Amino acid sequence: MALQAIAFYLIATVTVVSAFCVVSARNPVHSVLFLILSFFSAAGLFVLLGAEFLAMLLVVVYVGAVAVLFLFVVMMLDVDFAALRQGFAQYMPIGFVIAFVLAIEMITVSFTVADKGAARANDMPMAAAANSTNVETIGRVLYTDYIYFFQAAGLVLLVAMIGAIVLTLRHKPGVRRQVIADQVARTPKSGMRVVTIQPGQGVSE
Amino acid sequence: MTVGLEHYLAVAAILFTIGVFGIFVNRKNIIVILMSIELILLAVNINLVAFSVYLHNVVGQIFAMFVLTVAAAEAAVGLAILVTFFRNRGDIAVDDVSVMKG
Repeated sequence: MALQAIAFYLIATVTVVSAFCVVSARNPVHSVLFLILSFFSAAGLFVLLGAEFLAMLLVVVYVGAVAVLFLFVVMMLDVDFAALRQGFAQYMPIGFVIAFVLAIEMITVSFTVADKGAARANDMPMAAAANSTNVETIGRVLYTDYIYFFQAAGLVLLVAMIGAIVLTLRHKPGVRRQVIADQVARTPKSGMRVVTIQPGQGVSE
Repeated sequence: MTVGLEHYLAVAAILFTIGVFGIFVNRKNIIVILMSIELILLAVNINLVAFSVYLHNVVGQIFAMFVLTVAAAEAAVGLAILVTFFRNRGDIAVDDVSVMKG
């Protein structure tokens, strides 16, 4: 149990510190890298909680896809990031005040809920069932009771994918493209022309 | 020194707060704002999973998966809009985004 507590405090510290570095780093590339570290350690927290499947999902989806997408965009856009930082010091005090108040409120609520709320009923975390893993438990519920939500999630991803493609697709003028319909519609009559050439005159279009 | 539900909730609360703070101080840098939103959604996920585990109800983890899906979709579309805006304007200053309104 002590080992678990040490692991928790270590991982939680890394998560919080790297999250703070995300919002305060000067270089956005560093921000993205800290974001990756933050997601990784959050996955560690999920493992500690016993939610292995979500931990792996976090690593695959967030670290493997979202963070790399951020990295690509940050590196692709040629932006003067120093200019974007102006106003940082100006908004810092009000930001700190609001963040402090918000943190105190939410932590108070957290401790009260954990102490007096419904969670009081189960002091111990959910132990893995003897003959079923976390993945199996999730799968049994996800593909039965929540199948429509699962399909809807797939639809959300499809719409997002199409939206992203439509937004960033660029039609360059002057690029010759293959038009299948035109090719199929071609007949020998329209594709060929017989020209009678007078001797000594040549062919000109 | 046992780790309970309140500790995970506290970590999630701090992460959420950092996300809100990031939106406040990086008002001009929309990339960092998007990253702050990701942090906020991560905090929500930690909350969902912690409650799921301590209430012995797996539905919280399933909902966390859906939040993950929406977060991924949001990041993709947000960055696509950002790239389009950069192509049109040549920079990503958030103050000028209102020129996009029809």
